Amino acid sequence: MEQSILNFYEKSMSMKQVLIDAVIETLTMSLVSTLLATLIGFILAIVLIVTDKNGISPHRYTYKILDVAINMLRSFPFIILIIVLFPVTKFLVGKHTGTFAMIVPLTIGTAPFIARMIEGAFKEVDRSVIEAAKSFGTNKLQIIFRVLLPEAFPSIISAITLSLIIIIGFSAMAGTVGGGGLGAVAMNYGYYRFDGTYIFWTVFILIVLVQIFQSLGDFLYKIVKH
Amino acid sequence: MIDIKHLSKYFNDQKVLDDITLHVNAGEIFAIVGHSGAGKSTLLRCINGLEGFSEGSVNVLGQEVKHLNESGLGALRSQIGMIFQNFSLLNQKNVYDNIALPMKVWGYSKEKIQRRVNELLKLVGLEAKKFVYPKELSGGQKQRVAIARALTLNPKILLSDEATSALDPNTTKSILELLQEINTQLGVTIIIVTHEMDVVKKVASRALLLEDGKVIGLGRIEELFLRPDEKMMRFLGEDEELPQEGVNIRLFFPSNVSYQPIVTQMARALNLNFNIVWGKLEKLNDHVVGSLVINIDEHNARLITAYLQDKTEVIWEIL
Repeated sequence: MEQSILNFYEKSMSMKQVLIDAVIETLTMSLVSTLLATLIGFILAIVLIVTDKNGISPHRYTYKILDVAINMLRSFPFIILIIVLFPVTKFLVGKHTGTFAMIVPLTIGTAPFIARMIEGAFKEVDRSVIEAAKSFGTNKLQIIFRVLLPEAFPSIISAITLSLIIIIGFSAMAGTVGGGGLGAVAMNYGYYRFDGTYIFWTVFILIVLVQIFQSLGDFLYKIVKH
Repeated sequence: MIDIKHLSKYFNDQKVLDDITLHVNAGEIFAIVGHSGAGKSTLLRCINGLEGFSEGSVNVLGQEVKHLNESGLGALRSQIGMIFQNFSLLNQKNVYDNIALPMKVWGYSKEKIQRRVNELLKLVGLEAKKFVYPKELSGGQKQRVAIARALTLNPKILLSDEATSALDPNTTKSILELLQEINTQLGVTIIIVTHEMDVVKKVASRALLLEDGKVIGLGRIEELFLRPDEKMMRFLGEDEELPQEGVNIRLFFPSNVSYQPIVTQMARALNLNFNIVWGKLEKLNDHVVGSLVINIDEHNARLITAYLQDKTEVIWEIL
């Protein structure tokens, strides 16, 4: 009796530790990847919006090449993309498993998605506002940073929120092919050792994380949107 | 100030502007009038280079627009303000920042910007709305902000693209009054694009009528509205129903005679009866002008014309 209580205690202590570590790994992977993917996505979106045929400096070939490349990357199932990118990951990080290694496929996999979302946010900006800006002599760079960016900013916040949540989901998926975090815990403890409590807690924590980030995103949107 | 010569523009194979020649004088309010799709907004955008053109020349403030490079065009645009039908304000910026934007773009100091924006807020009567965001403003207030923004850089020319078309009649009136004030007090030359005849009649001194990219009328608005030719009448959608018998004589009353009792005086002096068969009065730029068509049998017509010729300043024509 005493023995079994002690067992249970030890077991739950270690489960708690495992889950805490996993949450930290998941958060690290997700937040760093979101940050990097947003930076890359933002630059891609600007190139897209500028070179678009209705953009401020149309350039057909640049737009087309980028357009096709983004569509190609987005058509990969994410789990396949992780495997395809193993050599790249190994080159950049030195290994292709673990929390930090997973940042590479997560960033590359979601940057095109974020690029499309930010491009959409830019496209929502009323064209006549851009025309008005041109009418008082605003140059191209100023149109991007003084007109497009402030006008699209709330939508960009929404786009980043959505991307972060998708990346949290992807990071859990990455756990199954050598990444760390909650996905790995659910796989290793829950699936291979048939321990339902791990499955339950990882899912529960993921639900809470998603809720927190979505609420935070909505809150930020409300603050910046006028 | 603005000199346009033989301007033509094609969209693909379609000619949207066809051999347009016009001159806008410094300090006037000039209207470009036409139905939607006539090319009037396109013509307006050729003036500040927002639209390119295929043939002809556009000379603005002594510079040939098509020869300007990007920075030259930017510098020219800083001397030309523009306002739009849907106001085109930045929704994420408050009134102050919207008005300040052109000066920020041109790198003015904070103090200068502050002074100028406060000045303009006073001019357009929106001092109380300084830190309000556009979505909280009415249409008329938004257009006032847009006008202030267009004036930030002290332009010599203001282009107005259907600026009152989205506004109700009373707001339209107050915006037009503001534009008149800007014209007379600041000496800004204003070019108005509109499809509303009332706007033209109220503020413009001269107008250009555009139909399918072609000029169908150009001149002082008194002439355009009071002595419309056939094209102009069709354009205005007016047609007269005149009797077939006898002689129809049209009398034009310029503003200096429109308050004199000429018609009744004439009837009494000649002891003649005639029929008033058509007529209209127009308020143009705050004075009243009118035209009247009278019908009389043939042998008395000469008496009338002789009287009009000798005794009055009325302009007349036999129809």
